[in-house]
Amino acid sequence: MRERLINALLLLGVPLFALWAQVADEPFMITLATKVAILALAGTGLNLALGQGGLVSLGHAAFFGIGGYAMGILASHAQSYTPLLDGPWVIEGTNSMPVIWLVALIVSGLAALAIGALSLRTSGVYFIMITLAFGQMFYYFAISWPAYGGEDGLSIYVRNAFPGLDTLDPIQFFLIVWAWLVVILLLVASLSRSPFGLALNAARQSPLRAETVGIRPYRLQLTVFVLSGMITGLAGALYADLNRFVSPSMLSWQTSGEIMVFVILGGVARLCGPLAGALVFILLEQVLGPVSEFWHIFLGIILLLIVLFARGGVLGLVAGRERVRV
Amino acid sequence: MSNALIAEQVLNGVQSGVVLFLMAAGLTLVFGVMGLINLAHGSLFMVGAFAAAVTAATTGSFVLGLVAALAAAAAAGALIEVLILRRLYQRDHLDQVLATFALILIFSEGVRWAFGSFPLFLDIPSALSGTLMLPGDIPYSRYRLTLIGIGLAVAAALYLLVAHTRLGVRVRAGEDDREMIAALGVNIDRLYTTVFALGAALAGLAGALVGAIQSVQVGMGEPVLILAFVVIVIGGIGSIRGAFVGALLVGLTDTLGRLFLPALFALFMDGPAAASAGSALSSMSIYLLMVAVLIVRPTGLFGSRT
Repeated sequence: MRERLINALLLLGVPLFALWAQVADEPFMITLATKVAILALAGTGLNLALGQGGLVSLGHAAFFGIGGYAMGILASHAQSYTPLLDGPWVIEGTNSMPVIWLVALIVSGLAALAIGALSLRTSGVYFIMITLAFGQMFYYFAISWPAYGGEDGLSIYVRNAFPGLDTLDPIQFFLIVWAWLVVILLLVASLSRSPFGLALNAARQSPLRAETVGIRPYRLQLTVFVLSGMITGLAGALYADLNRFVSPSMLSWQTSGEIMVFVILGGVARLCGPLAGALVFILLEQVLGPVSEFWHIFLGIILLLIVLFARGGVLGLVAGRERVRV
Repeated sequence: MSNALIAEQVLNGVQSGVVLFLMAAGLTLVFGVMGLINLAHGSLFMVGAFAAAVTAATTGSFVLGLVAALAAAAAAGALIEVLILRRLYQRDHLDQVLATFALILIFSEGVRWAFGSFPLFLDIPSALSGTLMLPGDIPYSRYRLTLIGIGLAVAAALYLLVAHTRLGVRVRAGEDDREMIAALGVNIDRLYTTVFALGAALAGLAGALVGAIQSVQVGMGEPVLILAFVVIVIGGIGSIRGAFVGALLVGLTDTLGRLFLPALFALFMDGPAAASAGSALSSMSIYLLMVAVLIVRPTGLFGSRT
């Protein structure tokens, strides 16, 4: 019950903060709120695989980066008026957000299908290492493929367009991102109550028992892994749009680690865990960053303390250990 | 492409494989005995490299640098095992991943704080600098050849240690049934700390040896760590023999891929396109090798089938 109250507080608090920043004319604060929302979206993607599916993926930066590059590649072609593909089918670049989102969802979903189909042949610690390795594969590929900036990344001069809105206005862009987060959270919440979500939970808790009642864990896990990758890919496209920049660092293993940190900091398998985690992460960055250039040391110590002593994350501390459903 | 060039690249592949083995052996031992996945293994590699660079710079002795690397990495390993990791053996892998990720942050920023962001340099000792003529008129770096020698010697010593000493018996018993060997009167805590410090020392040694070829800097450990994961996935978790075979396969595939793939693409593409396609594909070659092994044997070449 208390968790619901805190969820409501989070879901109302962040947009209210952004609106306050709009009134107080603090565009940087709106950008921070947008960043929180996007990182929360990326974390929500991972939380689906991690919390519901029990799949500890250390390679979600691959999907985040693929989403980012989907935006970067399409927008850079639109910017330079060169077709993406010449020949029998001409594919033009675009700066329309809905098209970019669709492409980011499809491409990151396909990547998740390929990575998932291979990685799910194994489990446990193998799965962690393999997803990490696949993430690194995309990272090195992006660095050594010179067509789209290689190591330097791609800059986009103007934020992409959404019909009827001025996306360069921070508050309007924030509202687009926030709408996505709410839609995805509703989707995830209804998914976890659906027969699919229940079967997935069963498969996580006891694969053998699930199998004996006729549930095939592999298919469920692959499906949830693909959904998870798509959500994180969408977040990547939005993140690239926020910065108007995409580079291989979005694909790096540190990014995978950080996405996981949002999930754990907030609380695994809790609906608003990634949102709470991303919020705390950005707060720490803003508060500790100016104090010391080496603020990651403090982040590391806090993370260690949470893993060792507070296993439900921030939400677990505030809302208590008991979860509504396991 | 001359024979000398190919031979040189094969040796380079073996050399990078040997370094990967030093990393992978520690990881696989720690996982086999304690069931711990340790992301901070790359930090121990970095600690070894920094300890060697600083010691060699102050004393002027490369050998003392190596000793310092072994000691510093073993000490750092024992410290984090006793203080933190010991509490995680019974936890699930997610907690282990996070705690060791937190340790990476602490180690990396701590080293950056102490030594700054600029790389340190560790010079190759003068006795080992320059090249050596191998049979067949193949010139090769003396230092890299020594590195291969050290790696093979460590592999042999590790094999003897695990197969023929009392500690090795305990390690193998610990992999099979930890409650039973505790019941038989083995001090399991001390065994775990010893195994962890041993793995850490190997990582530190690898860091120091590689530090003389590359620059010594923060973040140098993680790329090697991830390659070592690929090695373990290929070789099979817990198997030292698997780590050895996997490390050589990965080292050779990576080096020879970089040599041959651009040349292969040049056969049917024009210059710059072939170079970029070749380099992009060769950066992926070891992961494709991993995929191939996964499809044929999901638990690795030497992994147990359970």
